[in-house]
Amino acid sequence: MSATLMLDVQGVSKYFGGLQANEDVSFQVNQGEIVSIIGPNGAGKSTLFSCITGFHQVDKGRIFFNGREITNHKPHRIGALGIARTFQIVQVISDMTVRENVMTGGFLRHTRVADVRRKAEEVLTFAGLIEKRDYNALALTISDKKRLEVSMALAMEPRLLMLDESMAGLTVVELREMIELIRKVRSSGVTVVVVEHVMEAVMELSDRVVVLNSGRKIVEGPPKEVVVNPEVIRAYLGERYHAVRK
Amino acid sequence: MHDLTAKQLTLGGVVLALLVALPLLVPSPFFQHVMIITFMFAMCGVAWNVMGGYAGMFSFGQVAFFGIGAYTSSFLLLTFQVSPWIGLLAGGVISAILAAAIGYPCSNLRGHYFAIASIAFGEIIRIVFNNWHLVGAAEGLTIPMLKESLGNFMFHSSKLPYYYIMLAFLLLAIAVCWWVSASKMGYYFRAIKESHEVAEVLGVNVVRFRLYAIMISAFLTSFAGTFYAQYILYIDPESVMILPISVQIVLVAMLGGASTVLGPVFGAAILIPLSEYSRAFLGYKGTGVDMIVYGTLITIISMYQPNGVWGAIVERLRKGGK
Repeated sequence: MSATLMLDVQGVSKYFGGLQANEDVSFQVNQGEIVSIIGPNGAGKSTLFSCITGFHQVDKGRIFFNGREITNHKPHRIGALGIARTFQIVQVISDMTVRENVMTGGFLRHTRVADVRRKAEEVLTFAGLIEKRDYNALALTISDKKRLEVSMALAMEPRLLMLDESMAGLTVVELREMIELIRKVRSSGVTVVVVEHVMEAVMELSDRVVVLNSGRKIVEGPPKEVVVNPEVIRAYLGERYHAVRK
Repeated sequence: MHDLTAKQLTLGGVVLALLVALPLLVPSPFFQHVMIITFMFAMCGVAWNVMGGYAGMFSFGQVAFFGIGAYTSSFLLLTFQVSPWIGLLAGGVISAILAAAIGYPCSNLRGHYFAIASIAFGEIIRIVFNNWHLVGAAEGLTIPMLKESLGNFMFHSSKLPYYYIMLAFLLLAIAVCWWVSASKMGYYFRAIKESHEVAEVLGVNVVRFRLYAIMISAFLTSFAGTFYAQYILYIDPESVMILPISVQIVLVAMLGGASTVLGPVFGAAILIPLSEYSRAFLGYKGTGVDMIVYGTLITIISMYQPNGVWGAIVERLRKGGK
């Protein structure tokens, strides 16, 4: 695969008071890839996400997107450059219908309401939510809300989609559907970065996996290699379990 | 939702025709006065709704823009003999600029904190005008009597012209609010109201769009202020810059139905006549019965129809339609 560098994270550190949430984290994402960021609870995955998308100010390091520096830019400017994201705790606009929610994302690239509505319906068809377009966003199941959030992000016509735990809390069937949707997103030409706990999805989707522990990157590589890496097993299961296995 | 159907247009036309005919059918000056004040608060409520109902910025300082509208046109007329119509526009522009100037440093204030800041802003403006000799300080301004004409924005023989002018202003505000709610701005305002994070993620420049909402709201509110000055012909800080006017504006919008275009109009149609008539019929006794009746009604509406009267009607229509 001839790799075109899309996202370049260089030595990012983020501190909350004395707590180092991220320490010198570097990784790259190439165009067309699906990259997963995994790690135990508190490893700093969501913080890293928020640093890249401008919701946290980076204390050290630099971030580039398609060759442009986006370190500490405002979230809406990063969104306009082509990075869309979802949240760990689903965020939709509660007093809007499903379609209106998606339209709100669509106004980033279009101004005429008719164009935006068409775009929204296109995205909703893509995400399999078109039949529920007139539902109130709050009336959706958790799985549909996550789909809606992805649809809102897709309506912004991003180059890079960043999903924060889109699989958490889904049933087996819903999980399959979400994995399918993310595959479709990639096929449509959008690069994807996911923060994920559900290993089934990580193994199946990812081209590469970045593992964080205590704010640092400990391993990076293809999913099959990463899950048998002793460092990763130690991070997830602790020193004792690792010792017993030896 | 935002596409007007033929049925809605017809209904709107009929209501408008009724409102145009009403003062001709009921010649009582007091009735006409109540209607004029109702339209005025309806306009202020619609203007408040743009920032409060749609963008979620609960302003209790709207009276500042109302007062600045009243003072700008009156001062320009008194000092430079400028037509109140030009004063009307000048007041709107000054209000919008001031709104941006105070809104920008308040960009991060949300919810209760924004409300508190807006109260402080309104009070500061009142105190400034109370002590500012150039604009009459506490004595206020008396608008000079001019010949009765549309150009002079002044009528002595009848309230009818005021009635129609205020109705036209109200229609202007409704048109602006409708246009905002159906456009990109309206969607962005509602995203901002949900949460700044959601809006930012969707690519919304939250600071800028909050300022748009505040400026549109201030501009329209200022029009109502200029109208009031030309209608009453005397203003002072105690009549056009006091907190109870801001509260009344919020009540009109909230009880009528915030974040619907017509909600504040219904709110005004219920609250203002009730307030004016209860004061006229019960107020003179000095027992406060009028305020008790008024307060009870507000409590009942807010308990049983938290979405406002119009909000409840829309909800029912939507359910019935399906």
